[in-house]
Amino acid sequence: MTTSSTPHPPRIRSAPSPRSRGEGRDEGHSRRFYAQLAFTVLVCAFLVVPVVLSVLAGLSQNFFVGVKSGLTLRWVGQVWSLYSGTIFLSLALALECLAATLVLGVPIAYVLARRPGRMARLFEELLVLPVAVPGLATALALILLYGGWRGFRASSLFILVGHVVFTLPFMVRSVLAVMAAMDLVTLEEAAASLGAGFFKRFFGVIVPNARYGILAGALMVVTLSVGEFNITWMLHTPLTKTIPVGLADAYASLRLEIGSAYTIVFFVMIVPLLVAMQWLSRERAPALAGRK
Amino acid sequence: MIVFAAFWLLPMARLVSVGASGPRGPAAYLAIVTDANYFASLVSTVTLSIGVTLATLVVAGIAGMFLQRNDFPGRAIVVSLLTFPLAFPGVVIGFMVIMLAGRQGLIGTVTDALFGSKLVFAYSIAGLFAGYLYFSIPRVILTVMAAVEKLDRALEEAARSLGATPWQVLRDVVLPGLRPALISAGAICFATSMGAFGTAFTLATNINVLPITIYTEFTNYANFSIAAALSLVLGVITWAALAVARTLAGSTVAAAA
Amino acid sequence: MSAEGRPEREFRPPGSSEVAKPRAWGDHNDAASVRLAECAKTFADGTRALLPLNLDIQAGETVVFLGPSGCGKTTLLRIIAGLAQPDAGGRVFFGDDDVTARPIERRNVGMVFQSYALFPNMTVAENVAYGLRVRRIRGDERRRQAAKLLDMMHLAGLGDRRVDQLSGGQRQRVALARALAVKPRVLLLDEPLTALDAKLRESLRVDIDRLLRSLGVTAVYVTHDQAEAMALGDRVAVMSHGRVEQIGAPQDIYYRPASAFVADFIGTMNRVSGQRDGASLRFPGGMLRLPGHAMAADHAMFRPQDARIVEPGAGALTGRVAAAFFLGSMTRVVVDLPGEQTIVIDTVERRSFVNGEAIGVDVDADALVILES
Repeated sequence: MTTSSTPHPPRIRSAPSPRSRGEGRDEGHSRRFYAQLAFTVLVCAFLVVPVVLSVLAGLSQNFFVGVKSGLTLRWVGQVWSLYSGTIFLSLALALECLAATLVLGVPIAYVLARRPGRMARLFEELLVLPVAVPGLATALALILLYGGWRGFRASSLFILVGHVVFTLPFMVRSVLAVMAAMDLVTLEEAAASLGAGFFKRFFGVIVPNARYGILAGALMVVTLSVGEFNITWMLHTPLTKTIPVGLADAYASLRLEIGSAYTIVFFVMIVPLLVAMQWLSRERAPALAGRK
Repeated sequence: MIVFAAFWLLPMARLVSVGASGPRGPAAYLAIVTDANYFASLVSTVTLSIGVTLATLVVAGIAGMFLQRNDFPGRAIVVSLLTFPLAFPGVVIGFMVIMLAGRQGLIGTVTDALFGSKLVFAYSIAGLFAGYLYFSIPRVILTVMAAVEKLDRALEEAARSLGATPWQVLRDVVLPGLRPALISAGAICFATSMGAFGTAFTLATNINVLPITIYTEFTNYANFSIAAALSLVLGVITWAALAVARTLAGSTVAAAA
Repeated sequence: MSAEGRPEREFRPPGSSEVAKPRAWGDHNDAASVRLAECAKTFADGTRALLPLNLDIQAGETVVFLGPSGCGKTTLLRIIAGLAQPDAGGRVFFGDDDVTARPIERRNVGMVFQSYALFPNMTVAENVAYGLRVRRIRGDERRRQAAKLLDMMHLAGLGDRRVDQLSGGQRQRVALARALAVKPRVLLLDEPLTALDAKLRESLRVDIDRLLRSLGVTAVYVTHDQAEAMALGDRVAVMSHGRVEQIGAPQDIYYRPASAFVADFIGTMNRVSGQRDGASLRFPGGMLRLPGHAMAADHAMFRPQDARIVEPGAGALTGRVAAAFFLGSMTRVVVDLPGEQTIVIDTVERRSFVNGEAIGVDVDADALVILES
């Protein structure tokens, strides 16, 4: 639900262009500037303060007393003993999801890039459906269709299927964007003229050249998978829980501190991924200048 | 062989949609949309989504434009901070709202100190609104920043050379220039709000948004057909909103949808 | 614009150093003179875009800033416009008004941008009338004035078109009309013809020239195209690296360049060096009589068209034809002189040249340009 709408990593643009440097700001920062700055900082605070609060809550002895009660890691420890299975499952799912989307997504992107046409557009539209439709609906559909298959239903494979259906479009779009920007036909013809067969061409030339798109897509998929809730909540069983599902449990039934500590674990997993995505988009921006 | 792998997905997607439409009774489907309870749920979801969209557009518009056009120490950090929440699942966001506005929330503590009574709104529609705002703002800010970057500064200078004040420049040049991006970002925001589940679930309000209604039908009443029908309706609405966004903004949406 | 009774197309021979008298072409806002005092510009990263400059532009005059990219001409224009502030101590005056602290929206200028910057969300007529709308002129009055301007620019009937339906030349004229609609005190043009193809440039150049002269508006024009500068300017300011190298009437710039840069930048300039010998300059190819005022000069410069072809040996210089280019209106001959110097001659004689043939060249002493070294 929350992450269904950003396939591309957040692009952090560098400072405004030279043309605007100094112009109009020469008079020094005007009142408007400070007003807007204050507003923006306020918005930022709105988003960030709760995060800080929850981190503090997860680390303090007693939430009601606050930080004064002292810092401790015992809640985090409790979370670990309660939920380590869940955490591992989440990680495993994310990696499996990544593997599946790589195996499926890169070839799909290649086909779409190589044969643009009406079929390709139609296919792309279909591909995007799971993103457009709310996760709840997707999950519901999966249950209604496959719920009868006991074994499948109860395994983590079920959740994996949901994740893959949801994240595949992001991988495909990310790789497709990069592939469409490079001159595939010419590259392949050059490689073929030098004697490379299809697989050699694919793995030796196409894939390495698309690596930025693949990497960005990979990060996106892992991040989405770890954070996915809407689909997973519907599909899970007590034995197949992921971190977000566990979080919902903890918020509902356990102490605030444990819920906060669990959230900290989540942050610890997510933040490096986000940082990597932002760093990657910064790297990538010059290479794809003019693409967007 | 590659095309085969591609085709493996197609049946998957098809089956997903077939699965959704299978169990529902066709006649009941229409009745459902007009049934009072469900309709109310639909209306409140739509209203909430529209409200959130408008508020987000304004907030993110101001902040996004400011960030794109001005450099100041710490700018990169602010932008990063503003976009981290993109990856948070709804549950976490609901939790964030509780942190801010719940019974032990920050706002409650502050108002208690200032006014003597605690302001607690996490479990009301205001809390829901705040939560939806929380995940919408980062999304829209990015789109706004990208769009502002593409604006032709010469147009603004031309308007100024003709005597326009900053407000007039905003009204006559900047906003018209940003219109496609704002519309598409707004449509995405609307679609996301419509389908949001985790946030409402965590906040356990008695405001019934459509996803919660669907969930309740499914798990508590085992009303599969209704749940399926409702989710189809929801799916169609969100898909339509995104389609609108796509046609209005062309390739830009591919980068932000 | 109350233009009744005013001759609309008064043709003035180019290069004349007389300045057009400012005419009364509006109830307020007569054309203003522009004065710059100690205006410099240094950017945040340390680039010195403009060195301290003092400049006086007369009311009704057209001054062209000419120079290669990066010379500071656009920066200067933006300072006059109010889009940029000069460094501390710099002042800009419109007439007697110190407008240094005023942002562009309060200076009442008219500006034509290189990209025209027409508002895509408005029709042509709305674009032209925008400045009037900002000044709260009533709707029907606005439309009337806009229509008049469109007529003047030969754009009648295009008022309802959208901007993307116009050709390049039409857009340029709309941009001009929009800038003129507000009866600006100063008209600023930032390379307005650069985006157009050569033929269109030439024809529009004539139109702009007529327009500026007939309106009597003070105009500041920026370009890197010499022909444009010479054709349009009452005075031309040649700029390089943030300085004005020379400012003067086009003929002065052309025939009496004040520095090597100006001499090289404007047109083609031949340069020969040699030994001073009394009143002449002697070098392996021959000798040139120097004008009376030349001091200890070891070189002389002259324009290709000031050289006359004479019998080999009969003239001041003798050399061999290295190449000849028939350019239609003239033939450009490259001549190798003994001593490894090369000169270029333009001639309108209808004759052909054979590579290697001997050729004699003569240059009047008065046509020689000597720069103080």
